[in-house]
Amino acid sequence: MNNLNLPEVFETFSEQRKNSFIKVREYRDKGTPIVGAYCTYFPKELVTAIGGVAVSLCATSDETIGSAEEELPKNLCPLIKSSYGFAKTDKCPYFYFSDLVVGETTCDGKKKMYEYMRRFKDVHVMQLPQNQEEESFKLWVSEIKKMAARLEDKFRVKITEDRLISAIKLENAVREELMEISELMKEDSPVLTGTELFNILKGSEYRFDKEELVEELKRIKENLIEQSRVITDGLKSSSRPMRILLTGCPIGGVFDKVVPVIESNGGLVVAYENCNGMKNIANPVLLEGDLYENIARRYLDIGCSVMSPNKNRMDSIDSLIEEYKVDGIMEILLPMCHTYSVESGFIRAAAKNHKLPFISITTDYSSADSEQVKLRISAFTEIFNG
Amino acid sequence: MSTYIGIDIGSTCAKAAVLGDNKEIVCKIIRPTGWSSIKVAEDIIAELKEAGVAVDTAKIVATGYGRVNVPYADKTVTEISCHALGATYIFGGENLLVIDIGGQDTKIIEAVDGNVADFLMNDKCSAGTGRFLEVMANTLSMEPRDMCELARHGADTTISSLCTVFAESEVIGLIGRGEHKENIAYAIIESIADKVISQATHMPIVNKRIVVTGGLCDYDYLIEAIGRKLGTDVISNEDARYAGAIGAALFAMRL
Ligand code: SF4
Ligand code: SF4
Repeated sequence: MNNLNLPEVFETFSEQRKNSFIKVREYRDKGTPIVGAYCTYFPKELVTAIGGVAVSLCATSDETIGSAEEELPKNLCPLIKSSYGFAKTDKCPYFYFSDLVVGETTCDGKKKMYEYMRRFKDVHVMQLPQNQEEESFKLWVSEIKKMAARLEDKFRVKITEDRLISAIKLENAVREELMEISELMKEDSPVLTGTELFNILKGSEYRFDKEELVEELKRIKENLIEQSRVITDGLKSSSRPMRILLTGCPIGGVFDKVVPVIESNGGLVVAYENCNGMKNIANPVLLEGDLYENIARRYLDIGCSVMSPNKNRMDSIDSLIEEYKVDGIMEILLPMCHTYSVESGFIRAAAKNHKLPFISITTDYSSADSEQVKLRISAFTEIFNG
Repeated sequence: MSTYIGIDIGSTCAKAAVLGDNKEIVCKIIRPTGWSSIKVAEDIIAELKEAGVAVDTAKIVATGYGRVNVPYADKTVTEISCHALGATYIFGGENLLVIDIGGQDTKIIEAVDGNVADFLMNDKCSAGTGRFLEVMANTLSMEPRDMCELARHGADTTISSLCTVFAESEVIGLIGRGEHKENIAYAIIESIADKVISQATHMPIVNKRIVVTGGLCDYDYLIEAIGRKLGTDVISNEDARYAGAIGAALFAMRL
């Protein structure tokens, strides 16, 4: 086995978004189709099938919120504002080099934002239904086919069955590897921290050579197991860390003031139920039967709060609690995210059911409330560590 | 005899509580935090030393927003955990709902056997806090405590803004209209109580002893107003402002 310097690997992954700025340009210069997407519902397989690169455009910094607010209302979720701001000001190389941007009719703010974006970019909006019933499923299958046709048309490539099958296999392999690394957190003494896991999950989204990525993830996993690291070092308490399940909105933009703080205060994030983790990596696309239907099924089943009702999220939380031996549930909400905020009551109830402490923290992309967030997190971990 | 010291550096006041072996309160002090929590932390320890407390051998836990600025503390614990433990010490009972009205924020803490079971905090907003009361009293050119007592004699006036800045201009508007001072005071206290209630009702209140800790603990009329609005008894007492410090001292006993 070739030995990896794991801290270095984690560091590279955490810098991956920045490091791939140049890569994306190289791909563009080679004529590779580049498709930008904002949401986990976007079926990446279709882009992989045309030999293109699907890149996440979801913005995580408050740098451009000011410019976004020149057009968008202030009381909108920071993820939407920041993403629009980066697009509008041309500050995101991934957006800039995207030949096509895909959005979905998820939450109200986001879908209306795409109407503005359309004015300066080629934007394709997929009509995402809001439950998993038969009629909704049919609509989503047809939306996926429409998307495929749009890609074929724009990039003049045919999505043959063979291409689609290999694309599905490849995306399944990425998900599977990320899942296996995530599952290392099930151990009583995991060999990586939640911060490190996040870096891998997030960084992987900016790795465009997926075959290479799969191989590297395999090596990382093997190394993690063989090197049997002891990660409790960095954790404050001498006792067992509080195992935390993180749920709620995507946390790319608030990660720094949440997860490292948890992990320096006697906690350990053992699972990400949100779009940075399970929603993105759980469940493969099946290969038997109609491929488009299988793709539709995999994505429509994502338990995002834009679904109503949203039983899949509750089921996922229930099983993660058991599998990852969770000691507490932390929900992170972005301000003005109505769907997740309303659903919060159900999560609180679920925590109660499992007799687990629960905390919901609403925080935006600024650092103004870092101290308050820290206080809440510390008090929460003190419930467990005393 | 061993000594256990809890230091609570709040945004407005710094408090210290000293406990002996049998958890008896040996001494407690309070002073304004001022502009520097480092300075006040030093002053407090000097004052304790002068009072004859064996600070050198004592176990010390710091809490409050300035807890990280207490270099001589053996450990820091959040004020949320400390208020839960301290309030349980002061008021007794295994099922408490602690309303900690602080200078800058208000926290609602569910304490079971002295441990935090759940808590809520208001966000980046001074409505329903000591700060709000202070600003309003200032606008009326009154001492906060006097304003609170005066409110007892007022009625039938409301201010609707929860934001301190807007509420202040509402109050100025009321003054301009010639509204009686006691009615304005009444409106202010009602507004604080309403804000506290809107937070507290997110927590289970049935079968709980509801207690108020923090700097407004002896603002009797405010406590009454909270109780009236919740439709249940709400208690507090003089010592409740030391709940955080006492809790911290109790944590020091666990070191
Ligand atoms: S939280 Fe929902 S809307 Fe947002 S990226 Fe995830 S799936 Fe899409
Ligand atoms: S976090 Fe909420 S409001 Fe923001 S884009 Fe996602 S679903 Fe919409």
